[in-house]
Amino acid sequence: MTAKAQDPYRIGRGGGEDTNTGRGEGGPASKRTTVGYGFWIYLLSDIILFSGFFAAYAVLAKQTAGGPSPRELFGQERVALETAALLLSSFTCGLAGVAAERRKLLPAQLWLLATGVLGAAFLGLELAEFAEMIGEGAGPQRSAFLSAFFGLVGLHGLHIGVGLLWLGTMMAQLWVKGFQPQVLRRLMCFNLFWHALDIVWVGIFTMVYLMGSI
Amino acid sequence: MASRAARLLPLLLLLGGCSGASILRPGGPISANNRTILLNSLVIMLAIIIPTMIATLAFAWWFRAGNDKARHRPEFVYSGRIELIVWSIPLLTILFLSGLIWIGSHDLDPARPIASKAPPLEVQVVSLDWKWLFVYPAQGIATLNQPVIPAGVPIRFRLTSASVMNSFFVPRLGSQIYTMNGMATTLHLQADRPGSYYGQSAHYSGDGFSDMNFRLQAVPAADFTRWVAGVKAAGGLLDGPAYAQLARQSQHEPAKHWGAVQPGLFDRVVAQHLPPAPGPEQGRDGQPQISPGTAE
Amino acid sequence: MFGKLTWSAIPFSQPIPLIAAGGVALALFAVLGWITAKGHWPYLWKEWITSVDHKRIGVMYVLLGLVMLLRGFVDAIMMRTQQATAIGHAQGYLPPEHYDQIFSAHGTIMIFFGAMPVIIGLMNFVVPLQLGVRDVAFPTLNSTSFWLTASGALLVNMSLVIGEFARTGWLPYAPLSETTYSPGVGVDYYVWAIQISGVGTLMSGINLVTTILKLRAPGMSYLRMPMFCWTALGANMLIVAAFPILTATLGMLALDRYLGFHFFTNEAGGNMMMFVNLIWAWGHPEVYILILPAFGIFSEVISTFSSKPLFGYRSMVAATLFIVVVSFTVWLHHFFTMGAGGDVNAAFGIATSIIAVGTGVKIYNWLFTMYGGRLRFPTPMLWSIAFLMTFIIGGMTGVLLAVPPADFMLHNSMFLVAHFHNVINSGVIFGAFAGITFWFPKAFGFRLDETWGKMAFWLTLAGFLIVFGALYVLGLEGMTRRLQHIDFTEWAPWLYVSVGGIGVMMLGVASQIVQIVVSIRNREALRDETGDPWDGRSLEWATSSPPPVFNFAVLPRVHGEEPYWTIKRTALESQGLGDEPDYEPIEMPRNSATGVATAFFATLIGFAMIWSIWWLAALGFVGAYATFVVFAWRDEEEKAIPAEEVARIDRVRRAARQAWLDANREQPA
Repeated sequence: MTAKAQDPYRIGRGGGEDTNTGRGEGGPASKRTTVGYGFWIYLLSDIILFSGFFAAYAVLAKQTAGGPSPRELFGQERVALETAALLLSSFTCGLAGVAAERRKLLPAQLWLLATGVLGAAFLGLELAEFAEMIGEGAGPQRSAFLSAFFGLVGLHGLHIGVGLLWLGTMMAQLWVKGFQPQVLRRLMCFNLFWHALDIVWVGIFTMVYLMGSI
Repeated sequence: MASRAARLLPLLLLLGGCSGASILRPGGPISANNRTILLNSLVIMLAIIIPTMIATLAFAWWFRAGNDKARHRPEFVYSGRIELIVWSIPLLTILFLSGLIWIGSHDLDPARPIASKAPPLEVQVVSLDWKWLFVYPAQGIATLNQPVIPAGVPIRFRLTSASVMNSFFVPRLGSQIYTMNGMATTLHLQADRPGSYYGQSAHYSGDGFSDMNFRLQAVPAADFTRWVAGVKAAGGLLDGPAYAQLARQSQHEPAKHWGAVQPGLFDRVVAQHLPPAPGPEQGRDGQPQISPGTAE
Repeated sequence: MFGKLTWSAIPFSQPIPLIAAGGVALALFAVLGWITAKGHWPYLWKEWITSVDHKRIGVMYVLLGLVMLLRGFVDAIMMRTQQATAIGHAQGYLPPEHYDQIFSAHGTIMIFFGAMPVIIGLMNFVVPLQLGVRDVAFPTLNSTSFWLTASGALLVNMSLVIGEFARTGWLPYAPLSETTYSPGVGVDYYVWAIQISGVGTLMSGINLVTTILKLRAPGMSYLRMPMFCWTALGANMLIVAAFPILTATLGMLALDRYLGFHFFTNEAGGNMMMFVNLIWAWGHPEVYILILPAFGIFSEVISTFSSKPLFGYRSMVAATLFIVVVSFTVWLHHFFTMGAGGDVNAAFGIATSIIAVGTGVKIYNWLFTMYGGRLRFPTPMLWSIAFLMTFIIGGMTGVLLAVPPADFMLHNSMFLVAHFHNVINSGVIFGAFAGITFWFPKAFGFRLDETWGKMAFWLTLAGFLIVFGALYVLGLEGMTRRLQHIDFTEWAPWLYVSVGGIGVMMLGVASQIVQIVVSIRNREALRDETGDPWDGRSLEWATSSPPPVFNFAVLPRVHGEEPYWTIKRTALESQGLGDEPDYEPIEMPRNSATGVATAFFATLIGFAMIWSIWWLAALGFVGAYATFVVFAWRDEEEKAIPAEEVARIDRVRRAARQAWLDANREQPA
């Protein structure tokens, strides 16, 4: 069997030799790699989902329809607190990941709990802000700007909420079953998810709160 | 009479004749230019497409398994020269076409005025559910479903919608453009000769959409002046309340005229000082039916 | 208790949907009754419904798609006949509020529940086989994707009898789709059906991208993947990048409708053009999501039946990726007529024409694949040649529509309708039929009947040319689309022609059905013993037909671009299969009811949200969460198939191969 017959295209890769096949040499990737990779792709799609809402916010930010403008609405203290809680929760989430790598159950659980508490604090602050705004007559029905605001920030809040549910379930599983490989993989994915939400929040913080208060 | 014409029509179309709404039978400069660009692009592409189609059939026929005369070349799978040609043929065609697109898009931009000695006539158009309102601001009159324009004079249409999106389209005069609530678009058209031109909404807008059409009458300038005077004399006032009444859903509205129009009516629609139309009255919460026909 | 749902939601006064639904229900009950009577439920549950095997899921996807294509075709017949019977004073048999639902349902069903499932199903079935691996990256997720798509299809069909479907067109342009102008549940059906199936499609996209990029047989580098895998990769990358935009857009529309937000409303600063921009930022890539895998199918078919490798493989890969990228820069050509100005229109017009370069390159490469080949013309090849001939015309009219001044006259006309049916029919549908006939023996172990297949081909092609030829002419005659009643009587002759054409197409569809029935009855005569009925070139033909659950007893080692062709030549030259490999136990994913349970709860949520039955929606969410927890809690994800079992199955395949080799011994290699 000649190399020529094996590689009909003969385009300069030494046709048929396995030494230079690039990726794919070793066959299918490990489960951990596959899961992590797939989750990354999901996160990319999630970022695109957010970009849709970011785009809508950019288009509608000036459409206040005679209602309150960003400047009148957003207080800095609460947002600073929210941001701090969320960034800190990412840090504790990372520590939980490190503890899990070392198979230390109690520290891992404690860091996860801290992550959850901080996440819940963030969500609580956000909901309080929403309630306050709606109480002042600045609900999403008031203007297109407020629709876009509630849509974007609410979508992020929804992600945090779902993340907390996931976190709780995973902690219970960890408690009952210990460090099974699939639980460890999910923990890795959760870490990615939580960090991605952080990045999205930085975007929201900049575009909505910082630029809105100028 | 009509049925005989209908029977003859396929034949006529095959012979290059076209129906009374054909975009290939231009009635004004815009549609004539649109058509020229359409046909030019068609010819440019046919120049490569017809040989390709012939080659496809020829290759498929000649290289059939049963043909012993055809040379089997299983190793012929790459050729730099062919690749170069294969990429450059479409690329060059498109490059050529791009020039046409660039020039055409600018020359025939609907917002671009038509060069003419005659000063343009402004007609404001509001699409309503499901009828067309035409306001002549300079003349201070308005008509429903019955636009009349002077032939040979450029018309500057400014358009908006009372409710949902529609598209204002008179096929034989050329370009169409969307009408949207809260926004105004501009379109320049001209009818070269007097005549009746079929027009319709070209963007689906709900149950009454199908019959949301009209016949645009292009008349000699003198007739137009006479027509304006006649409408003015007939009286009637189109103001905010009358407009609000008009904005309610209805179809098959007969033609109607107003001898006077509240000044700035069109701009008040665009600025939403006159609120968007209310939509269907049936089928809201608590009504027995989920969503009955909004048509009559 | 039941929200907006009352008895008045069922259209007792309208005979057509009731009779249609009655017929469907009767057929459904007949099938279910037959299954129950024969005691097939355990088999169906174990082998299909809870199966996570990519081949089974692929087959179910295709089946769902074909059934829904049939449903969409019935809508098409009604549209053609209504238009032909509602000219001048005649009003036809469908009132506007019914006709408007039909054309909306036709588009929605054909794209989302007909074409997409068939294409995704073929990718699901073929890609892991071509890559030489045992399954997709996430088998249970795959099953969930399929069942969510089925759930969306179910909701659309429910709207036939319970309430109504959207009357807004297949893309519910705001503000017509807002509550002000569409107060009924039609748009809600649309939104929830598409959201639920859209999540399924997105997950399927993630799954296949991961599969193609991370799971390949040893030695299968990127530039050794078959063309179909490349186009599948392109299509799935587009799914990942585009479907979230659809989800976001319809999410905003739902917020507008349910909670009084103002994303796209006329009032309070909402922006309807944002809806149009967003929906087409998804919608144009969607076109390529459908067409790219079809291009892959044609590449495989033309190469196989020309008995030649694909010409200009690298060029084809480059053209595919070129299309993937450029497809995101052309969306504005769907609304040149909004008055954006010369610069914007010209820029998008040029971008749109440029995308035709990629397609042009592909067409020439297919042409040169045939050059110097030994062409055989079974049904898949006929579909491919017809594709080449007709797709060129569709592409040309597409470029005409990309020229803004021409588009100003052709936009929203019957010409446009003819154009996109031209490309989707001759691209996606011909591609799907080519793919189904091509891979049918792989899936079921016997070929489809050629006589009926060719009959179906010629009738479908003729009908298609007549219908859309007439529509092209109507567009040039100034006729707008979506007319329920035709006031302008001069269009009548061509409307009659199109009815004649769809009659021919109906015969084509009937032939397809006969083809399947005849083939099943003659399956013994049509049996594919070797697993390689077409003298194929890629790895799916290396395994038996139908393949064992694990696809390959031993993962093939890939040398060169056409791995299976190489294996086959080697075997022929050395007159033997090579030594029997050492068989090892194979771990395969366990069956799971997760997918079907998730879809059940998703259907509940969708239905409850449509009818504002809030408690039921909450119940659905709790159920979906419980399903997730149950899935997450299971300890064993895989079951092992013992080495002896693997060896037993593979020996059967080797014996068939050896017999084939012996039969071909005399012939020169």
